[in-house]
Amino acid sequence: MIARIFAIARAEMLILRRNWWLVMATVIMLLFALALTFAGSAPTGTLGVDMLTVSVSSMTTLAVYLAPFLALMMSFDAIAGERDRGTLSLLLTYPAGRGEILMGKFLAHVTALGIATTLGLGSAGVVAAASGGAGTDSMLALLRLIATATLLGAVFVALGYGVSSLAKSPAAAAGLAAGLWLVFVVLFDLGLLGAVVMDDGGTFTQQFFPWVMIANPADAFRVWNIAASDGVAMASGMGGAAQTLPLWAAPASLLLWPLLGFGLARAAFRRVEP
Amino acid sequence: MTDNVLIIQSASKYRGKIQVLTDIDLSVAPGERVALLGHNGAGKSTLMKMILGLTPLSGGDITISGAKPGSAAARAGTAFLPESVNFHPTLTGREQLTLFARLAGGTQPDINTLLDRVGLADATNNRIATYSKGMRQRLGLAQVLLGRPKVALLDEPTSGLDPISRQDLYAIIDELAAQGTAVLIASHALTEVEAQTDRIAILRKGLKVADDTLANLSRLAKLPTRLRILVREGQADQIAEATGGARINGASVELYCDAGHKMQELRRIAAMGDVIADIEMTPPRLEDLYRHYAKEGQT
Repeated sequence: MIARIFAIARAEMLILRRNWWLVMATVIMLLFALALTFAGSAPTGTLGVDMLTVSVSSMTTLAVYLAPFLALMMSFDAIAGERDRGTLSLLLTYPAGRGEILMGKFLAHVTALGIATTLGLGSAGVVAAASGGAGTDSMLALLRLIATATLLGAVFVALGYGVSSLAKSPAAAAGLAAGLWLVFVVLFDLGLLGAVVMDDGGTFTQQFFPWVMIANPADAFRVWNIAASDGVAMASGMGGAAQTLPLWAAPASLLLWPLLGFGLARAAFRRVEP
Repeated sequence: MTDNVLIIQSASKYRGKIQVLTDIDLSVAPGERVALLGHNGAGKSTLMKMILGLTPLSGGDITISGAKPGSAAARAGTAFLPESVNFHPTLTGREQLTLFARLAGGTQPDINTLLDRVGLADATNNRIATYSKGMRQRLGLAQVLLGRPKVALLDEPTSGLDPISRQDLYAIIDELAAQGTAVLIASHALTEVEAQTDRIAILRKGLKVADDTLANLSRLAKLPTRLRILVREGQADQIAEATGGARINGASVELYCDAGHKMQELRRIAAMGDVIADIEMTPPRLEDLYRHYAKEGQT
């Protein structure tokens, strides 16, 4: 079973290298991270934190958008594309089970995302540290950012497999993936914001709002990075909502989501007839 | 027969309300080569997908050496060559085959030997995107040879292959059968199938209308043998009248007789003497049989 999962993962990894996905994702991550690091270098003096802290807080905001996007770009085609090319039916006649096929792809795609995130965000962090100083706290914040961004990506890789299994064609899968991104990353927060404004400080805002927010993996990612570091919280000015929640809430959400997403994808893939 | 490795019993399949397969019974013994014939949409590919467990049965039963379609044991024992087979374009032939070999498990075969066997030795390290349709078909055949499948299902294996490649393909199919694999071939290429298979099953609109050896099928169908008589100058009309045949041009007469009366008819014509220049005899071909079973509404 393990051998078959690794066989799929190795082939997928080869494909990601061949079609330049790995290089492109790393370059995109790096360019955005560098741009934000230098654009966000202004408040260093006023807040009294080092450059890397500011850089990490900017990159946190960036990664909320970019990690799910890159993950979906990679995963939306995973099942729909194979079915479209006609390669899925042959693959499914092999002794590898559907769960094993999905796990093999997942392993490769999350690894690729991890490499892109580490190289992209990591080197921006190194540049920030070199030009404006870094401490143990900010180095830890950078490592946390890389790890959680990969986790967040893993969530959307799995959800991407789900829409890829449900869609009738690769084009439809791409559309669904775009919708997924829009809902989780943009519309969800807008909706919450609207609800808070409507509620005007009532029970929803007091009791439920933080929990609803943390249920979204993108927000859990943001809260985890902000709550864990005072410096980052200060630099981003976003600590408020995070403070009302227990410390384990955001990590729990972000760690559970990949499992939940994979379960959903597995259930959707089970119903696929090539 | 209890030693059949592939047993299909009254298998049915509905797509929505349309019944695409009705009560199909078909068995294949180890080492047997069975051709599955039928028009487009007759249900050949659907039947194969059901055997592979890719689409569920609506009724009936299929076993592959005792295992249910789609079960781990069944998948380990079957090999499949899909119609116009395709692979990931960015992988090389060797990489794709290595992946399949690892998925199949067991002792890992020598990929080079296998690719050499199907005539892809020169393209092992080229990306599949650069392969022609025939080369992809060969790669598809190479993955069928991985392991020692109990059952091999080949859907239109010769499509896109040139005549030489077709001969190679049938040589490989014979090898498979010789090592004890039950081979089921869905095909349109009737003349090839005629010479290369042990038994022929014909599907028409989801029903099995024939399942026997070629010789038995011809006998059962009672298709007539065609006699074409070449006649000396100017006598065609006369001979046509005498034999009860039809004049097809100035010098030939055509008539049909069933297998039982063939010799009698020949003797009668030979007795007509010098007027007859030549007799050409054509027994029914698979093509005629196929037309008979697949079109004419007989069951």
